[in-house]
Amino acid sequence: MSIAMPAPVADLAPRTKRADILPLSVENVCFDAGGQRLIRDISFTLEAGPRTFILGPNGAGKSLLQRLCHGLLTPSAGRVRWQGPGGHAPGREQAMVFQRPVLLRRTVAQNIDYALKLHGVARADRAPIIDDVLSRTGLARFAKSPARHLSGGEQQKLALARAWATKPQVLFLDEPTASLDPAAMHAIESIIDTMHNEGTQIVMTTHDLNQARRIADVVLFLYKGRLLEKTPADAFFNSPESGEAAAFLKGELRW
Amino acid sequence: MTDITQAFVTALQLLVTLDDNLVEIVSLSMQVSLSAVAVSVLIGLPLGAALALFKFPGRDAIVVFLNALMGLPPVVVGLVVYLFLSRSGPLGVLGLLFTPTAMIIAQAILVTPIVAALTRQVVADLWVEYSEQLRSLGASPAGAIPALLYDARFTLVTAVLAGFGRASAEVGAVMIVGGNIDHVTRTMTTAIALEVSKGDLALALGLGIVLISLSLAINAATYTVKVRAEAAWA
Repeated sequence: MSIAMPAPVADLAPRTKRADILPLSVENVCFDAGGQRLIRDISFTLEAGPRTFILGPNGAGKSLLQRLCHGLLTPSAGRVRWQGPGGHAPGREQAMVFQRPVLLRRTVAQNIDYALKLHGVARADRAPIIDDVLSRTGLARFAKSPARHLSGGEQQKLALARAWATKPQVLFLDEPTASLDPAAMHAIESIIDTMHNEGTQIVMTTHDLNQARRIADVVLFLYKGRLLEKTPADAFFNSPESGEAAAFLKGELRW
Repeated sequence: MTDITQAFVTALQLLVTLDDNLVEIVSLSMQVSLSAVAVSVLIGLPLGAALALFKFPGRDAIVVFLNALMGLPPVVVGLVVYLFLSRSGPLGVLGLLFTPTAMIIAQAILVTPIVAALTRQVVADLWVEYSEQLRSLGASPAGAIPALLYDARFTLVTAVLAGFGRASAEVGAVMIVGGNIDHVTRTMTTAIALEVSKGDLALALGLGIVLISLSLAINAATYTVKVRAEAAWA
């Protein structure tokens, strides 16, 4: 793909050196809902660097695991341990982009402004950041448009721009391109790529195995709420350790 | 039949010539009801939003109670406020009975449950949609309240309007705590009640026409704004 991205500018470099929140350790995490154990005893460590994909069939617990890590859900047992004092608060050093972007009933620029305000960015400092992320995501001409009038792809770009503006150390993406056309998908992937290159840790779920092959460095494979493997992507796609993963990759997994 | 026709003609004359008496009554009514709605909005919006966002023991009971309060009989509210403000009541020293302030208090008590209950519903619905995203961005429930109220602004107009309708139309509460004193506490509704019992149908009818026209005009304007704004933002 060859989506031209403007060269990085100084504005998006971290404002101040902040304490690293990685590595993340997930320790024996379980999650129950409605009397059912949906996440079963998952442990792993997430190191800074490799783009990590959570794969698995529907209902494996991919979205739940992301929400548990992000802090939107509290584990029923076990714990999620970030480094540093601000690691646990969802909004401080982490961001999440959902499958269906939730945009405020405001203009495109105001959507980003609100996120920056929550991050304690002074009013005067917000405008240049907003201009920067909007131009880098190709949304500059929509700055004053109502956010909810954008197309699906543009709405997802705005959700990414909003996350980008807050300069997260870790970005969770829950099937961010699931309902987008190929052009929009490539645009989104290109933005994710740029954020990765600038040092944001990417943790993503997808049902698109080609997308995972293109982007992933490490794969966490979930099946029925269990973590069956954590493998470098090459190894996972060529010779998965578990029988379930092999069946999943062939499209033969029963669930 | 000619009586009614005659009354109608006289009523229109009063309206067209902006009769002093009529203008005075209309403006006092507007002052009282708008002030009551303003007070209710200040209390009802945050109260309704808090009830939508915070879970605590007894919340459901409070919500049911609040919904029930939407149907409070104005005369009963008037009576209670009267007892509090009367010379021998706990707030008698304030000397507020039979003043416009007393009427504002009584109407605010009638309107606040309406604004709060409708706000709670609107904000609860919006919170279902926004909750994950706002928490992900780092907002606490309390911190999310201004954003939710702002984003629900066009729907909340309807809640405020319902409150204004209730305030401007009620007669029982303002009659009891205001006393329908000429030039002091006479509103459109109390004047209509009085003039009808006196047999002066013209003034009563004129005030009735003003009351309905105001209500229609405000509703039409708000509806237009709401529809256009929702099309643009939602």
